Amino acid sequence: MPAETVIQAPARPTRPVRDGVGLGLAVGVSGVAFGAAAVGSGLSVWQACALSLLAFTGASQFALAGVVAAGGSLLAGTAGAILLGSRNTLYGLRLAGVLRPRRARRLLVALGVIDETSAMTLAQPDPDAAKTAFTATFCTLYLTWNLATLAGAIGAGRVGSPQAFGLDVVGPAAFLALIYPRLRAGRTERVVALAGAGIALATAAVLPAGVPVILAAIAALVGALASPAVAHQPAPDSAGADPVATDPAARSPS
Amino acid sequence: MTATWVAVLVTAAGCYAFKLAGLTVPQRLLASARVRRFAELVPVALLAALSAVQSATSGQSIALDPARLAGLAAALVALLLRAPFLVVIVVAAGAAAALRAVGVS
Repeated sequence: MPAETVIQAPARPTRPVRDGVGLGLAVGVSGVAFGAAAVGSGLSVWQACALSLLAFTGASQFALAGVVAAGGSLLAGTAGAILLGSRNTLYGLRLAGVLRPRRARRLLVALGVIDETSAMTLAQPDPDAAKTAFTATFCTLYLTWNLATLAGAIGAGRVGSPQAFGLDVVGPAAFLALIYPRLRAGRTERVVALAGAGIALATAAVLPAGVPVILAAIAALVGALASPAVAHQPAPDSAGADPVATDPAARSPS
Repeated sequence: MTATWVAVLVTAAGCYAFKLAGLTVPQRLLASARVRRFAELVPVALLAALSAVQSATSGQSIALDPARLAGLAAALVALLLRAPFLVVIVVAAGAAAALRAVGVS
C-alpha cells in the first residue's frame, strides 16, 4: 500500500489501540500459512521461526521459502527476498517524521516497519495517537505472527505429504493475494505485474531458480521510468485508499 | 552452519537494514518521484514473477500441474469475492488437495 494514500484516508474518530490490536491479530494469524509453506518448502521449523522473528516481513519470507523449495540459487533467492523488502525503506521515511524514534529505540522501531504498522500509524490524526497505534499494531502483530509461524511450521511437519494438503499452492496463492490490492490501484501496476511474470517464465528454463524473479525487477524499473508521477496522484478507486481499519481482516501480511 | 541458515540470516539482516535505512537516512535521498515509484512497483513485479514461477514451473522446466493451477484459480475467485487473506490461502490449498484426493495430479 502506498503510504501517501493512507494519509488521505477520510477523517474519522480513531481508536489506535483497538484498531491496532485488531489488525495485528487478523493479519498475524496468517503466519500459520507462512510456517506451513516454509516447512513444506524444506526449511526447518527453527529456520521458519528465525525468519519471522528477525526478517518479519511476509513477502520476503515467502519468497525465500519458495526458492528453497525449487532447489534454486540461494544467493539469488536471498537477493530477491531482500529486494522485496525495499519498500519498507519508504515506510521508514514516512514513519521517522511521525514517530521520531531516538538511538536505541530506533533499532527496535525499525523491526516493526512494515505495511500494516505503517498504514495504521499514518492513518492517525496526531503524533500521540500515531505512536500508540504503532506500538499496539507492532506488538500484537509481532507476537501473533511469530506464534502462528511456529504453529504452522510444527503442524506442517506432521503432515506426511505437503502436496496432498495443497501446501505447494500456499506460496503462489499468498503472492497473488499480496499483489491483488496493488493490481486494482492502476493500469501501470497491472502491466508491470504481467511483464514481471512474463520475464520470469521466459527465463525460468535457462536460469537458476531465483534469478528470473530478480530479472522481473526490470519491469518495475521500466514502469517507474514511464510513469514517475502517478505515485502522487493515486486513482480515486485505488485499493490503497481504503482506510485500513475499516476492514482489517482483508489486509494481507506484508 | 548450512547454506540455508546463511540465506535465512542474510535475508533477515538485509530486510532489517532496509527498514532501518528509512528511519535513518535524510528524507531528501528518496524524495525523487521515480525512486518512490520504483520502490512501489518492485513488489508488484517480483510477487507476480514469484507467483507465476511457483505456479507453472518445476525445477527448471515449465510444468503445468492441474491441481496446483486449479488451486490458484480458486484463490483468484476468493479474491474477487473479497475474502480475507487467510481464507484465500485455505481455499487455494483446499481446492488443490480435494482435486488430488479424487485422483487429479
